[in-house]
Amino acid sequence: MSEPRPVSRGLTAIDGAISLIAILLVVQMWLLTATLEAFLAGHYEVAGPGALISAVLFAASFALYRFIEAVDRAGVDRPKT
Amino acid sequence: MKLWRDEFSIEAAHERYVARRQFGKFLVLTSFGMFVGNFWILARSYFRRDEVFSRSLIARASDIPKGGVKLFAYPGPQDPCILFHTHSDRYVAYSQKCTHLSCAVIPAADGQRIECPCHHGFFSIEDGRVLQGPPPRPLPRIVLDQRGDELWAVGVDLGSGAEPPAETKA
Ligand code: FES
Repeated sequence: MSEPRPVSRGLTAIDGAISLIAILLVVQMWLLTATLEAFLAGHYEVAGPGALISAVLFAASFALYRFIEAVDRAGVDRPKT
Repeated sequence: MKLWRDEFSIEAAHERYVARRQFGKFLVLTSFGMFVGNFWILARSYFRRDEVFSRSLIARASDIPKGGVKLFAYPGPQDPCILFHTHSDRYVAYSQKCTHLSCAVIPAADGQRIECPCHHGFFSIEDGRVLQGPPPRPLPRIVLDQRGDELWAVGVDLGSGAEPPAETKA
């Protein structure tokens, strides 16, 4: 019933990672609207850098998610005490 | 007992992990959606950059009195445009779609401006720039070429300065 697990450290790491992903997502949303605005105004030259930066932000978010999964797995695999 | 454990395989202590992981997954999927959006813009830009506009006869100058307008479609039949013969004796043409939410723009009552009746946006009749209201960008200008009495549409200037000014003297 009661499982004395050291979960709080893992949860803090996961919370930190999720916060970072959320911040990256807000930046990505801003980037998409700014790029769309420029595209509609006929500034096609910004589309390339916009897509590249968006890809980097997505890759960073995905890496953070993999980190969450790793922490999660470590928590699950931890031997019961 | 074993069956019960199989069906509810997530222990109470792990629930917090699962909820966070699912939330993280949702955020990352949204991030992927943002990337797809940016990529779509990149693809559209690639094709738009090389867009070649056709020449299209849109009106005879003598048919439009000073202060008059004529509606036409350019570059495609689904692209409504409006041609003005201004009081300063120039012919200018713009896309009729407001840059705010695409309502059809019309000449303002004063004859000096272009009005969008949806949210009271106003554009300059001389160059299409925004004078007032919510539109974020100038009206796309239709590049005109006057050959004698004939007015031809030859391109669209979105305001990036890539095209020559869309105006011609009467
Ligand atoms: S649609 Fe033209 S001002 Fe809103």
